Amino acid sequence: MIIRFFHQMGSPRYFYNVAGKMIPWFMVGFLITLVLGLYNGLFVAPPDYQQGESYRIIYIHVPAAWMSMFIYVVMAVSGLISLVWRIKMTEIIVISSATVGASFTFLALATGSLWGKPMWGTWWVWDARLTSELLLLFLYLGIIALHSAIEDKRVAARAVSILALVGVVNIPVIHYSVEWWNTLHQPATITKFDKPSMDMSMLIPLLTMAISFKLYYGAVVLMRARAEIVERERNSRWVQELVEEEAK
Amino acid sequence: MNPIRKKRLTLIGLMVAGIAVATWLALNAFDENLMFFFSPTEVAEGKAPTAHPFRIGGLVEVDSVKRKPDGLTTAFSLTDNAKAVTVEYTGILPDLFREGQGIVAMGQLNESGIFIASEVLAKHDENYMPPEVAASLKTAHDDGVKNMQSRVQ
Repeated sequence: MIIRFFHQMGSPRYFYNVAGKMIPWFMVGFLITLVLGLYNGLFVAPPDYQQGESYRIIYIHVPAAWMSMFIYVVMAVSGLISLVWRIKMTEIIVISSATVGASFTFLALATGSLWGKPMWGTWWVWDARLTSELLLLFLYLGIIALHSAIEDKRVAARAVSILALVGVVNIPVIHYSVEWWNTLHQPATITKFDKPSMDMSMLIPLLTMAISFKLYYGAVVLMRARAEIVERERNSRWVQELVEEEAK
Repeated sequence: MNPIRKKRLTLIGLMVAGIAVATWLALNAFDENLMFFFSPTEVAEGKAPTAHPFRIGGLVEVDSVKRKPDGLTTAFSLTDNAKAVTVEYTGILPDLFREGQGIVAMGQLNESGIFIASEVLAKHDENYMPPEVAASLKTAHDDGVKNMQSRVQ
């Protein structure tokens, strides 16, 4: 049944309809978790023993940084599927994700910089973690620029998929940069195998925010994908029927 | 899978593997330069450059922070629990600077082996906890130390 669902999602028309039904759910989930996460993170969670109140920026910084890498992996996997199987929908996913990913990367860099000034004593240092994350931002911007530089959408999608796959080697570098080299950035607080080195009262709002940002990405990528579908399929009958219906 | 798709998949696989190997080689070659700082042990072993400025990272040794009479210069010893280097810095220290805290200092060694810092950055660790938890951990630790000492005596 799951396989059939994915087969059907490969059809732009089916995707358009299903996505339209899913977006409100994603938005509602996003708003609920956002309010919960921000309220618990900014007002309920206790201050940190060393950093006091300023640590609260992690409720934006850490989920944004996770999303910046998560979205890139989604793009690389969709790019791989687009290149091998030439599926239109995954091509659309690649390019629909790029702007959201770039925004999250920028958010992670900006919030980190704001926190770095009072805590480290500097806005920016060229250590391995910060530099590789900046490289990720440039990869996103490169993907967006490359896509808009090529007229033919399918050729553009192929070029962008290759670039996304080339850049994917940067993802493990970002993740392990704090372990492989001495960096000013601290090592990971939450790892898959260890107990997180963070108190539960602080961790739960952080995870709520992570879910919230994922739902936001889900909603935005579906919206952008729908817009892209309508633009690509503007000459097909079902889109013209849709437009006529809307015009009534 | 049909042969064309298989061929594409292999090509992409080879491309990604090739780039991964190239990146790995490049990062390996630049390993020294990617290190943000040297440890006091490395400095003591003479691995750090003497001709140009570099960064040194470690913990501020407890009871080693001293203010100079001019009121602006701070001297402290920086340790990695094996070797220690004396650091002198003139200027405002970041909020997180305290004894026992990890810091990174930028500067150069002078002739007498004292590190003259032009910039001091605090390094934060990955632990987050409320003040009460930190306090109870500390009491628990102190109690444990006392128990050990009373047992030894």
